[in-house]
Amino acid sequence: MASLVPDVLARSRSVAPPGWSRWLVPPAALAIHLAIGQAYAWSVFKPPLEDSLDLSGTASALPFQLAIVMLGLSAAFGGTLVERNGPRWAMCVSAVCFSSGFLISALGAATGAYWLVVLGYGFVGGIGLGIGYISPVSTLIKWFPDRPGMATGIAIMGFGGGALIASPWSSQLLSAFGTGTGGIARTFLVMGVVYALFMTLGVLLVRVPPEGWEPPGSRPGRPAASGALMTTAQVSARNALRTPQFWCLWVVLCMNVTAGIGILEKAAPMIRDFFSGTSTPVGVTAAAGFVSLLSLANMLGRFVWSSTSDLVGRKNIYRLYLGVGALLYLAIASLGDSSKPLFIVCAAVILSFYGGGFATVPAYLKDLFGTYQVGAIHGRLLTAWSTAGVLGPLIVNAVADARESAGHTGTDLYTTSFYIMISLLVVGFVANELVRPVHSRYHEPPAAPPGDGPGLAAARGTDTEGTPR
Amino acid sequence: MSQDNSAPRPAADPAADGPARGRGVLMACCWLWVGLPFGYGLYELGLKLKQLFTG
Repeated sequence: MASLVPDVLARSRSVAPPGWSRWLVPPAALAIHLAIGQAYAWSVFKPPLEDSLDLSGTASALPFQLAIVMLGLSAAFGGTLVERNGPRWAMCVSAVCFSSGFLISALGAATGAYWLVVLGYGFVGGIGLGIGYISPVSTLIKWFPDRPGMATGIAIMGFGGGALIASPWSSQLLSAFGTGTGGIARTFLVMGVVYALFMTLGVLLVRVPPEGWEPPGSRPGRPAASGALMTTAQVSARNALRTPQFWCLWVVLCMNVTAGIGILEKAAPMIRDFFSGTSTPVGVTAAAGFVSLLSLANMLGRFVWSSTSDLVGRKNIYRLYLGVGALLYLAIASLGDSSKPLFIVCAAVILSFYGGGFATVPAYLKDLFGTYQVGAIHGRLLTAWSTAGVLGPLIVNAVADARESAGHTGTDLYTTSFYIMISLLVVGFVANELVRPVHSRYHEPPAAPPGDGPGLAAARGTDTEGTPR
Repeated sequence: MSQDNSAPRPAADPAADGPARGRGVLMACCWLWVGLPFGYGLYELGLKLKQLFTG
């Protein structure tokens, strides 16, 4: 059957030649993730858009909100396509959608048609975010079966790092071009072109390992998996959704992300409110520094904790994220405004657990479901992120507003939220404890020995590229 | 559009056929491609972070 995938982008054309170093795959992944991580820096465009197009704060947030919704939807529904067509196709789609989104937005800003900005950045760019986010995951896991946590940690750290680049860069572009519609349009245009070039490296560089490839030093035929939860069996994305393990992990991720967003969402006003009644109140610039510290902790947590999970196991590392995270929240809630350094350290560690939770989950999925369709399964799991993105801010803002209306100030505005976060983390902890190895009835039929016919592909009802027949 | 051949065939890549030195250059260039913007982001973050202690 004729494929809709151009030959040059097909998985079969991106098989690594002999001698290809697997250390070339992380920069390919980073070229995508460092670009799409720009999404977290959308707030830079809000004030100029509001002033030049006479928009409300709610309206100027629309492109970002739609982009995040599209991220979740395209990751969930596009995951199977990504697995089928391979990482080069996925990265190309991501680069085209993400950079086109900026170009459409440039047209919208130049003509004063705000709906084009929403459509371009939010809808088209959002598809680029979702496909790009999951595009390198399964490839990295296949290249680094001995260190999957570290490999996905590098890529997902890039998503956190993308905002660090985009935030000052887009501010500097706006300063150079101006904050009117013309300046915003030129900024979008430059960013679209530069991101297209930057992401092209990922498209050109990414390679999938040849069939049967094993990392240097591994014993042929010996499974890399050795932990209690690790499997050498394979589970399809469709079957994964039928397992309790998938839904336990969904709860784990949702609770962990909700708890992190609880602080991240209101970090600057929170630290100012917390210490407003003390002898050393926190100023606006120091609060901005606190937000930067949390960004750093979030980013480093993605690499450090995810890499650590390769040594201590996925279940144990989530025990740390959820259990110690709950204790840190308890410390903040109990100590109140008595110690600023302790508050800062606790918040930073909580945010490192938040980042670590994102980065470790692909390796956890690989342990439980194998590498067969891990990218597609990861895409479906990201709906937990979308849910948490609504839940976290909703809880913290609603509680803070209610407490403020009741006449409370300082730490009292947030203490109730912190106890809610502790409860959510305990729920996540219990869900993590319930994770057991996947029952064999969900496994794909085993592959036949080499030279014994089509084997696993035939049993799956797919061709050798995994395309359903 | 053309048919997606199911038989994997290695990508034609000059780096794969070249000497190990060529691969080393490719590796360095690729890591610099992503490392330099990342370094810029970290530098800017460091500037903001100082505000926590001086602001």
